[in-house]
Amino acid sequence: MIPASFEYRRASDLDDATRLLRELGPEAKVLAGGHSLIPLMRLRLAQPTALVDLGRVPGLDGVRVDGDRLRVGALTRHAQLAASPVVRGALPLLAAMAAEVGDLQVRARGTIGGVIAHADPAGDYPTLALMLDAEIVTTRTTHAAADFFQHIFTTPLEADEVIREIAFPVAPGPHRYVKFRRRRCDWAIVGVAAQRLDGGWRLGLTNCGPTPLRARAAEAALAQGESAAGAGARAADGLTPPSDLRASADYRCHLARVLTQRALEEATA
Amino acid sequence: MGERVTMTINGMSHEDEVEPRTLLVHHLRETVGLTGTHVGCDTSQCGACTVLLDGDAVKSCTVLAVQADGAAITTIEGMARGDELHPLQQAFWDEHGLQCGYCTPGFIMTAAKLLSDNPNPTDDEIKIGLEGNLCRCTGYVNILKAVRTASRRMLSGSTAASASARSSE
Ligand SMILES: Cc1cc2nc3c(=O)[nH]c(=O)nc-3n(C[C@H](O)[C@H](O)[C@H](O)COP(=O)(O)OP(=O)(O)OC[C@H]3O[C@@H](n4cnc5c(N)ncnc54)[C@H](O)[C@@H]3O)c2cc1C
Ligand code: FES
Ligand code: FES
Repeated sequence: MIPASFEYRRASDLDDATRLLRELGPEAKVLAGGHSLIPLMRLRLAQPTALVDLGRVPGLDGVRVDGDRLRVGALTRHAQLAASPVVRGALPLLAAMAAEVGDLQVRARGTIGGVIAHADPAGDYPTLALMLDAEIVTTRTTHAAADFFQHIFTTPLEADEVIREIAFPVAPGPHRYVKFRRRRCDWAIVGVAAQRLDGGWRLGLTNCGPTPLRARAAEAALAQGESAAGAGARAADGLTPPSDLRASADYRCHLARVLTQRALEEATA
Repeated sequence: MGERVTMTINGMSHEDEVEPRTLLVHHLRETVGLTGTHVGCDTSQCGACTVLLDGDAVKSCTVLAVQADGAAITTIEGMARGDELHPLQQAFWDEHGLQCGYCTPGFIMTAAKLLSDNPNPTDDEIKIGLEGNLCRCTGYVNILKAVRTASRRMLSGSTAASASARSSE
């Protein structure tokens, strides 16, 4: 299968990328690692008229700690995140998630900016961004993660807007991501992330709705001194997950409860 | 609408004109004529198309040829040294790590990356490293054995002599 024809342009920097996107019009798309976009283009589910390749934009990959923030360049690849001593020190949950995205080959190409921009409800980093109140810094503005994941594959990004970096809080405390799937290289059927931050727990759910979600009732239960089991029992409160080939809505709720308990127990083990 | 791309493929420089939509795997197979890299699924799942791109194992069905402009590519054809098989190729042969062989080039390229990062992997590390490659024939047991054997031989540096002795047994 071969994608439909398109015009290819390589951006030299972010100003150039913006200029090219304006020139090429609303059907032009940014190309990062290509590991969501190229599969969609092969199936002709996406047929952009032009691609603006960010691959050679200098300075768009890499991570740095800046005060109480970990700033992650949009073009940083999964394999880089998983191996980075800076990420492992400042936000080990991000490194752990990165190590379990897809398979070895996918991790060599896919980027964090691509996962965030794509906003697949089964994507892993959107869950982390949402639950930790990360910021998505673009060529136009800074979006709070809570306002960014609007619906399945839907974000406020404009056609000429490019993500520069994602700013997470530094959070080296207890954490765990439990990603439930049939094979290790599959997307999450359900994923639950737990992170200790500022004296409380943040709990995020992957693939339990059209966007990533926080398990607010379970977070509140923990704040009132509930056990991991007690919090787990509240993790599906208010949840209306989809049913699909891989799991029914009921089963997803069950997984959200069980995996929340497990994530909390393993985070503190 | 052609774009000029230059790649070093198995040590040789190739300059060609490609359409932007040309996938790296098709460029390698159809323009350059290296048909050892296979297309197994076309949905980025199977890993049959795996090649090394600047040292990383990548699925060449999910990379545009234009993205690989300037890169160094190694395909299965670049693994042997003359008549001497690469230790991974020899070990797949010796351990019966293949049946139909369709998936084998991809497994060998992924395993090459795995062993270059981690020359002495545990069985679990091999399984995790190869999770992006699918085989419909072998049941994986002999593939695991082959990678373990190649790792052992590469570490002891004994590959060439002992391997070619065995293959002519
Ligand atoms: C076999 C397989 C398994 C996978 N498993 C997982 C998994 O378990 N978990 C997971 O999270 N992901 C998974 N993925 C997806 C993978 O992580 C992709 O790499 C990722 O979703 C997209 O990132 P990319 O860099 O490849 O983006 P691309 O495919 O290049 O782009 C994706 C979209 O984002 C836009 N975009 C990219 N970068 C920017 C930017 N900086 N600014 C604005 N817009 C941008 C593009 O225009 C496009 O619309 C898997 C993919 C494959 C092929
Ligand atoms: S053909 Fe590339 S992953 Fe299957
Ligand atoms: S040997 Fe036939 S697919 Fe692997």
